[in-house]
Amino acid sequence: MEQFFSQFLDFALTAVSLGMTFLYGCTGEILTEKAGHLNLGIPGIMCMGGACGCLTLKLLNQSGLPPVLLVLLTLLASFIGGMLMGIIYSFLTVTLKANQNVTGLAMTIFGAGTTKFIMSGISSATEAFQNYLYAKNYFRFPFGGNTSALNYNGIMVFLAIAIALIAAFVLNKTRAGLHLRAVGENPATADAVGINVTRYKYVATCIGSGIAALGGLFYIMGWSGTCDAYKSIEQLGWISIALVIFTLWRPQISIIGSALFGLLYLAGTRIPTLLGIQFDMSVTKLLEILPYAVTIIVLIVTSVGKKKENQPPAALGLPYFREER
Amino acid sequence: MNNQVALELNKVSKYFGSLAANKDVDLTVYRGEILSILGENGCGKTTLMNMIAGIYYPDHGTISVNGQEVVIRSPKDAFRHGIGMIHQHFKLVDLFTAAENIVLGAKGDKRYNLKDVNRRVEEIANKYGFHVDPKKKIYEMSVSEKQTVEILKVLYRGADILILDEPSAVLTPQETDRLFDILRRMREDGKSILIITHKLHEVMSISDRVAVLRKGEHIATVETASTSPAELTEMMVGKKVELNIDRPEPKNVSDRLEVKGLSLVNTDGIKVLDDITFTARSGEILGIAGIAGSGQKELLESIAGLQHPAQGEIVYHNPKTGTSENLRDKDPVSIRELGVRLSFVPEDRLGMGLVGNMDIIDNMMLRSYRKGHSMFVDRKKPKDLANKIVEELEVATTSTHTPVRRLSGGNVQKVLVGREIASSPTVLMAAYPVRGLDINSSYTIYGLLTKQKESGTAVIFVGEDLDVLVEICDRILVICAGRVTGILDARTTTKEEIGLLMTKTERDTETDPDMKEASR
Repeated sequence: MEQFFSQFLDFALTAVSLGMTFLYGCTGEILTEKAGHLNLGIPGIMCMGGACGCLTLKLLNQSGLPPVLLVLLTLLASFIGGMLMGIIYSFLTVTLKANQNVTGLAMTIFGAGTTKFIMSGISSATEAFQNYLYAKNYFRFPFGGNTSALNYNGIMVFLAIAIALIAAFVLNKTRAGLHLRAVGENPATADAVGINVTRYKYVATCIGSGIAALGGLFYIMGWSGTCDAYKSIEQLGWISIALVIFTLWRPQISIIGSALFGLLYLAGTRIPTLLGIQFDMSVTKLLEILPYAVTIIVLIVTSVGKKKENQPPAALGLPYFREER
Repeated sequence: MNNQVALELNKVSKYFGSLAANKDVDLTVYRGEILSILGENGCGKTTLMNMIAGIYYPDHGTISVNGQEVVIRSPKDAFRHGIGMIHQHFKLVDLFTAAENIVLGAKGDKRYNLKDVNRRVEEIANKYGFHVDPKKKIYEMSVSEKQTVEILKVLYRGADILILDEPSAVLTPQETDRLFDILRRMREDGKSILIITHKLHEVMSISDRVAVLRKGEHIATVETASTSPAELTEMMVGKKVELNIDRPEPKNVSDRLEVKGLSLVNTDGIKVLDDITFTARSGEILGIAGIAGSGQKELLESIAGLQHPAQGEIVYHNPKTGTSENLRDKDPVSIRELGVRLSFVPEDRLGMGLVGNMDIIDNMMLRSYRKGHSMFVDRKKPKDLANKIVEELEVATTSTHTPVRRLSGGNVQKVLVGREIASSPTVLMAAYPVRGLDINSSYTIYGLLTKQKESGTAVIFVGEDLDVLVEICDRILVICAGRVTGILDARTTTKEEIGLLMTKTERDTETDPDMKEASR
């Protein structure tokens, strides 16, 4: 029994930690959606975040920088990588008013492909460790190198939670947050009272993309620590977007939501082992739909509820034309 | 009114393409006065106001505030010069509270604190006599409350010059009176108020001076006390207009449509129609009065087969066969196939009635495409119809091939009403057919409705201008919150009586004190 309990605790710690990947993506996407933009490029942006981070680590290897600086520079590179993707997306959807869904999907394909190109160059089985994985324990400070499941947790987990809390504060308690929500709800109104709609859309989308990008880095360096981790990031990005709906566009709920999604995501593979049951491979694969199933249930419940506060931002997905009569 | 000039326009012009929306307009507004801006649709009233409010930028001319020439390139600039505009379509975020909407975009020296905002909003509200709860969400508000929020939003930013675009269009007579009281209080406080309106009796009652625009040009500014509605109309239209509506006695009256105990529950589970019973007769105009959103739309949609009522009957007496049929639970197509002809001018012109990207001819075809004989479209008949409508209703358009979305609101309305009438219906339902139309085209539409009535059609007319309802209708059905609160003889009733019935609910004691006083 005691053994089961400790095994379960291990599972929970691992899963909650995995959930932080979703939390980065989800917080970033919430900020973007609050500005009225549905960024389906998040999976690609997360991939790029991971790739940019790893590339930076490869370049900084042998540089003899102290670990703190190394981590900070890598985080910065990853963040900037995401922001660049965000700028491309914003230019297309805000300035050129291109269709958001199409642009977002293109960004995902672009991001995932570029990442594959970069990562396959630096992560061949023999060299990956020398290239970037050497730094993985820095990203897991203070638990790096721990033999238990705590190993998966570290500064980047706390960073994810901190960013989500800050995002919640900014959205709900500051003037900038009020303006941002107004832009996503009713850009014409925001424009009429003198809010710079374009600027808010750009800034929110770019910062959101930067935050999401950190999720990709966290998955490679913080959670997985293996050389082919980058292959799964895109898949996790889609769950992040589902999580946005699950959390009803609230960053504070997304902290709990991401932990839950982490548990659900790993439940299929880990729970049967925990209980000592052997499932067929096809069944475990099938169980991976759990996060999506839960999202659909939440969608049904909130749609039936019709509470205005639980609906997506009213102008989500719609380009804003000023001169339209 | 004192003689300090608050706002001065000097030869202001604005062109859209080659079309002059405003040409060399001069206008002076003093402190502490209410100035009405009067003019037909498309005469450039709103464009002119939009230039003052920073939505558009004038192509020529200058604007001065308090004697200083200013450049207003955005609403923000306008606010900086103390100019605030209350738009016809409210610019509010539904999900926000009143206070959040009011503070939105306003500059604050201090840290953003909603409690302070709530307090300041209440201070301003008390000063001018508004009733508003700063913590109430917009989507829970009535139209008049929303308007209050819009006005407070402008006052919160310290505006001294307020522009109101057709403020009374959505209000009941009682609410309008209350708004006007507030405007008078603002005038006493030294604010300048510009008010755009179509309703002449309001111009006469509220304003100190009236500026008349015609085809983008400023015709004259006159003292209200020294003018008359007839004179104003003449200035506006450029020729004499008969303001009396012809109301012939109904002939060959027979029951055409009987609605019995109709109830409808909407998708949110709210009862929007409750036990509605009335009869529409041929050769008669039945008016429907009520505050916007009291169930008018749902009632008309139920009759047209677009909604499925929970209870009740809609009995149609077919004039051709003499049989009676129940329209309830029939879809619009089968209602047509049965030979039952209902024409419907929906509230939302471009939403349900017309396709914005299609031209006038194709929009004519939307109603008649089933009549085609081959698989290829035949544009000849719709083209003739389109030309006829453009000609008869004086639709301002370059050609019948212009996409409908490029026409101005009034012209869109004319196309829609014209098309519905052209199908020679036996029951014609028109919801707000003159909303946003100028006097001249409104009277054209009233004439068309009356003509339909004389030809034996049962006309159901949902209107918002009670003065007109009283003049044009034979009987008036008043609904409030989905219930019939009275059926009145339009020839003997008054608009005050209708106004009271429009707000008569079961919780009568909870309505505001003025209302109770009036009913005593």
